[in-house]
Amino acid sequence: MRVISISTTMAVVGFAVQAQAATELQWWHAMTGANNEMIEELTKEFNASQSTYKVVPVFKGTYPETLNAGIAAFRSKQPPAIIQVFDAGSGTMMAAEGAIVPAAEILQKGGFTFDKSQYLPGIVAYYSKPDGTMLSFPYNSSSPILYYNKDAFQKAGLNVDNPPKTWPEVFEAAKKIKTSGAAPCGMTSTWLTWIQTENFAAWNNMPYGTNENGLGGTDVQLKINAPLYVEHFQAIANLAKDGAFRYGGRTSEAKQLFTSGECAILTESSGGLGDIAKSGVNYGIGQLPYYQGHGPQNTIPGGASLWVFAGKSDEEYKGIAEFFNFLSQTEIQAKLHQVSGYMPVTMAAYEETKKSGFYEKNPGRETPLLQMMGKAPTENSKGVRLVNLPQVRDILNEEFEAMLSGQQDAKTALDKAVERGDAAIAAAISN
Amino acid sequence: MQRVVFPNKILPYLLVAPQIALTIVFFFWPASQALYQSVIREDPFGLKSGFVGFANFSAVLSEPNYLNSLKVTVIFSVLTALLAMAVALLLATAADRVVRGQAFYRTLLIWPYAVAPAVAGMLWLFMFNPAMGTFAYMLRRSGFHWDPLLNGNHAMILIVVAAAWKQISYNFLFFVAGLQAIPKSLIEAAAIDGARGTRRFWTIVFPLLAPTTFFLLVVNTVYAFFDTFGIIHSVTGGGPARATETLVYKVYNDGFVNLNLGSSAAQSVILMAIVIGLTAFQFRFVEKRVHYG
Repeated sequence: MRVISISTTMAVVGFAVQAQAATELQWWHAMTGANNEMIEELTKEFNASQSTYKVVPVFKGTYPETLNAGIAAFRSKQPPAIIQVFDAGSGTMMAAEGAIVPAAEILQKGGFTFDKSQYLPGIVAYYSKPDGTMLSFPYNSSSPILYYNKDAFQKAGLNVDNPPKTWPEVFEAAKKIKTSGAAPCGMTSTWLTWIQTENFAAWNNMPYGTNENGLGGTDVQLKINAPLYVEHFQAIANLAKDGAFRYGGRTSEAKQLFTSGECAILTESSGGLGDIAKSGVNYGIGQLPYYQGHGPQNTIPGGASLWVFAGKSDEEYKGIAEFFNFLSQTEIQAKLHQVSGYMPVTMAAYEETKKSGFYEKNPGRETPLLQMMGKAPTENSKGVRLVNLPQVRDILNEEFEAMLSGQQDAKTALDKAVERGDAAIAAAISN
Repeated sequence: MQRVVFPNKILPYLLVAPQIALTIVFFFWPASQALYQSVIREDPFGLKSGFVGFANFSAVLSEPNYLNSLKVTVIFSVLTALLAMAVALLLATAADRVVRGQAFYRTLLIWPYAVAPAVAGMLWLFMFNPAMGTFAYMLRRSGFHWDPLLNGNHAMILIVVAAAWKQISYNFLFFVAGLQAIPKSLIEAAAIDGARGTRRFWTIVFPLLAPTTFFLLVVNTVYAFFDTFGIIHSVTGGGPARATETLVYKVYNDGFVNLNLGSSAAQSVILMAIVIGLTAFQFRFVEKRVHYG
C-alpha cells in the first residue's frame, strides 16, 4: 500500500516537473461547437507527441473579438504565441509590419523548409505577400456552399437529388417552399458580406473594388453597386418581404435557422458542416449558386489563419514551428478536412482524401475544393484585401439590415454602402 | 457642524491615501490617456502615431452616425429609467401592503440585481431571439411579426426591457425604504379626512418620496448611460443598422472593432464632458427644488 502511494506520488511529482519544463505556447482562437472540439483534440495530440512544448488553446470570443484581444495584448506587450485571425482581419495584420513574423520565417527558424508547392495554391496565395512570402499559416480555410433540407425539398415537390444551380432557380425554389408550406422559410444565408458580396464577386467574375480588390494596393474604391449586385440584392429584399428569405444575423447565426428546420436552403461556409451534420437534419450539399452568363468562376478562401506576433523568444518560435509542422502533416490535415468540412491546406492531404474514396462515400464534400480550384483566378477572384475590411463589412451589414427591414431598396443600400465604404477606406489608409 | 481635528498631521492623509490612489489609477490615469489619444492618430498596433490636434473631434461631430447614437442614447436612457422606476414603485407599494411573507417577496425581488449585465442580456436573448427564443416563437405564432434582428424598434424594446428588469430590484429597495420612512400618522390623518388610496398616494406618499425618486433618477440615468454595455453587446450588438448603438457602444465599436482609436478616444472625452455637465446641472439646479423631508 505504502509502496504504491510513494510511487504514485513520485509519478505525480515527475509529471509536474515535466509539465513545468515545457514551454507554454498560448493559442488564441475563436472556434465554437464541433470546431472547438477539433482544436482541443489537435492540441492534446500535439502535446502528447513531445514534451518540450505545450500548446494551450484559449477561446477569445468571436473572430473580431479575438483579433481585438490580440491587438490589445500586443500593445501591452503580452501577446499570445499564436492567434487565429479571420479572413477579413488579414489585411489589418498584413499592414502591421513589425508586429508580426511571417509563417514561412517561423518554419525556417524551427529548422523546417517551407515549400510553397506542397500547399494548395489558392489558399497560400491569399495569405501571402505579393512577393510570395507566406505570412500566416492557413488553419481553417473554407468556401461558401449551398446546403438544402432534403425533407423540405421532397414536401415542396422539388428535385431532392438536384439542388438549384443559379440564383434565380434558388429564389424560385425558396418561394415554392414557402408557398407550399414545406418549411416556414425558404432560404437564408450566413455572412451576407463574405458570401453575397465578396464571394459573389469572385464566383461571378465581377470586380468587388478597384486595384484587384485591394490585392494590388491599399487604395481601393468599391464596385459593389454594379447592376448585377443590385439585381441580386433586390431579389433577396423581395423574398424577405414575403417571408421566403429570413435574416439570421451578421455572422453565422443563420445556421441555426437551417439546423432547426425553419429555413430549407442555406448558403454558408463549408466549415459549418460539422454543426449541420450533428443537428440531424437530412441535408444535401450543392455548389454556391451563380448567375448565368457571369459565373461560375472560382470562390475565394474564407475562414482563418494562424498569425505569430513579433517579440517572442527563439525558444517559443521553435515551438510554434514544431506545431505548424505538426498541423501540416498529411493525416492531421486529412482528418481536419474530413471531420470539420474545412479545406485541407496541403496537396498531399487532398490527394490522400481523394485516394481513400472519401468523396465517393460523401458526395458534395469535394465541392468547396472544386469551387476554389476549378478555374485559374482572374483579377476579380483572387480575394478581397482591405486594411479595414471588418469595418467595411459592418457598413455593408448596416445598409443590408436597413434594406431587409424595408427602409430602402437595394440600389439605395448599395450606393450608400459604396459611398460610406470608400470614405472609411480613405480614412483608414491615411492613418 | 463640529469641526473634526486630528492631532496628527500625517494620519488624515494616510487615511485618504487608498481612496486617492484608486481614483488616480482607475479614473485620472485612464482619463488622461483618453485625452492624449484623442489628439493623436495612431495605427491599431501602436507602431506609428502623429499629433492631429482637434481633427478627431471635428470628424466625430460632423458624423451623422454620432448624432444618431446621441438620439438613441437619450431614447434608451429615458425609457429605461422610466420603466425601471415605475415598475419598482408599483412593486414597492404592493410589497408595503403585504402582511405575511414580506421578507420572502422582497428577497425574491432583489435577486435580479445580482445578475451580471451580460448574463441578463443573454437571458432575454434566449427568450426573444427569433432563431431560438421560446417567446419569439410564441409571438410569431400569434401573428405578431417579431423580428429584433431587422426591426430597430423591436431591438430597442428588447434592450430597454432587459436593462430595466435588472435595475428594478435596486429601485425597489430604495422605494421600500422610502415608503417605510413616511410617518403612518400622516396617511392615517388623510384617511380620516376621507382621502382614498389613490389620492393618498399622489398627495402624500409620492411627494414625500421625491428625494428618493430624484436620487434614483440620477442613478438610473447613469446606469442606462454606462452600465448597460454588456446587455447591448450580448443582445443586439448595436444593430440593426445602428438602431441600438448608444454613445458608449459607439466608443467601443469605433475603438475595438473599427480600430479607430483616435475617434474612439475623442468620443469618450465628449462623453466625459457630457456626464460632468449633466451631474453638475442635476445637483446644482434640480436638487434645490426637491423637497427633502
